[in-house]
Amino acid sequence: MATQNSRSAARFMLAPAVVLLLGWMLVPLTMTLWFSFRKYLPLRGGDMGWVGFDNYVRFVSSSSFWPSIQTTLIIVGSVLIITVILGILLALLLDQPMWGQGVVRILVIAPFFVMPTVSALVWKNMFMDPVNGLFAHLWKFFGLTPIEWLSQASLPSLVMIVSWQWLPFATLILLTAIQSLNSEQLEAAEMDGAAVVSRFFHIILPHLARAITIVVLIQTIFLLSVFAEIFVTTGGAFGSKTLSYLIFQRVLESQNIGLGSAGGIYAVILANIIAIMLMRVVGKNLDA
Amino acid sequence: MAREITSQRKTINTVAAWAIGLLIFFPILWTILTSFKTEAVAIADPPVFLFFDWTLENYSIVQERSNYGRFLWNSILIAVGSTILGLLVAVPAAWSMAFVPSVRTKDILLWMLSTKMLPAVGVLYPIYLLFIQLGLLDSVLGLTIVLMLINLPIIVWMLYSYFKEIPVDILEAARMDGATLKEEILYVLTPMAIPGIASTVLLNIILAWNEAFWTLNLTAAQAAPLTAFIASYSSPEGLFYAKLSAASTMAIAPILIMGWFSQKQLVRGLTFGAVK
Repeated sequence: MATQNSRSAARFMLAPAVVLLLGWMLVPLTMTLWFSFRKYLPLRGGDMGWVGFDNYVRFVSSSSFWPSIQTTLIIVGSVLIITVILGILLALLLDQPMWGQGVVRILVIAPFFVMPTVSALVWKNMFMDPVNGLFAHLWKFFGLTPIEWLSQASLPSLVMIVSWQWLPFATLILLTAIQSLNSEQLEAAEMDGAAVVSRFFHIILPHLARAITIVVLIQTIFLLSVFAEIFVTTGGAFGSKTLSYLIFQRVLESQNIGLGSAGGIYAVILANIIAIMLMRVVGKNLDA
Repeated sequence: MAREITSQRKTINTVAAWAIGLLIFFPILWTILTSFKTEAVAIADPPVFLFFDWTLENYSIVQERSNYGRFLWNSILIAVGSTILGLLVAVPAAWSMAFVPSVRTKDILLWMLSTKMLPAVGVLYPIYLLFIQLGLLDSVLGLTIVLMLINLPIIVWMLYSYFKEIPVDILEAARMDGATLKEEILYVLTPMAIPGIASTVLLNIILAWNEAFWTLNLTAAQAAPLTAFIASYSSPEGLFYAKLSAASTMAIAPILIMGWFSQKQLVRGLTFGAVK
């Protein structure tokens, strides 16, 4: 039904979105690439000319570089694992018959609506504060010494905060997928005497593959750019500096645009590697 | 299967689900409760849960000190504005890809989504410079445009997956009956597309409301939305728990209430139409 006419109309309708996104991507990226080859310190002399790959070498040889990559991967990886596993368990539970299912769903979904700055501040002060936080009270109640969460266990603390924010998303998507599962198939398996565990691994889990892919794809996009949670809690101290945060510090705190831009290019490369890997998997799983 | 077993299992399910649900919700509940305490009660040892003298003083203090209304208004303008702008660009794009697909449609979709993976921090300084040049720094308009652009891929993607579900046969039937293109769009397509558009709008408003990189880095006094309002409490002053809680409650309440009321559409939206 697609005539020559409707094809050109379609191209015309698609153009604004493509042009805007292309511009949004290319213009700033070209500028970043340009700055990354220059010594540029806005507060200390401005643009001091071409320096070749100096910034790239300096960024990588800084002692904070590899730890920041490691931190990024740990945060993204841990949050993905925690939210997917807990999300599946929670979705299986919520799928069971119970009283007040609607209310429980509202309770579970709530953290998704909380802005990152709020959840970070609330967790930092009211739960993880070593003196007045609820965890400190809980630890004292059991006769233990309260933990200084954000300095002694900064990464687990951040993973906990971010997982709390993203668990609702994973749960909801997985729950929707489970609900679409053909119950006759499950009942047949039950009749045939398939154990709960084997029913889970042979029927439910394969059925969830697509939903899990969506969860991993969307969450990775957002997790790679976790910012406010770190900004508000540790400010990048105690080994909680992700690559994004390291670049943020180079650009804004040390006002070294050249160095920060080189870091930005590294971040773009890392994001692309992850994106290509994801797209391979997703492209396969998303064939509509 | 015996009835009693089912009923017993239902009770166990209910208890377990409620316990976990309340555990997940607890940080929010605790924040709301603390916002009604005095500062002394808020840090009482052992902590007080429900039995204290409820007070509203924190809310009036927060309001006096930081003019909540202006931040709220900025948040609303930015969230709603970026959503409308995004729809204007995304609806035609998603429409054309869903109804006149070409061999490149899938590549274009994946490319759009991949632009979301570009680390924002990598382009922070260029955007900052461009904004100064264009006089957009610390302006609601500037933020609206940026948030529209960063959420555009998600909007296009979601709308595309909804539009794809609209059966093409219906269009052909309408055409057979002599419907013009205008009638076809107005009376056949639009009613079927509205649920999908509504879900998209809701999710986009939430994403824009909670966005906390560009809103923190591109605003100062004029255009700061609620994310910045809250970040100002991260200073040592923020250690006043009751006031922090009141400010937090004020920042999340509008979106929490909206989210709860539109839960059904939102769940649909959240799955990006890809999970049925």
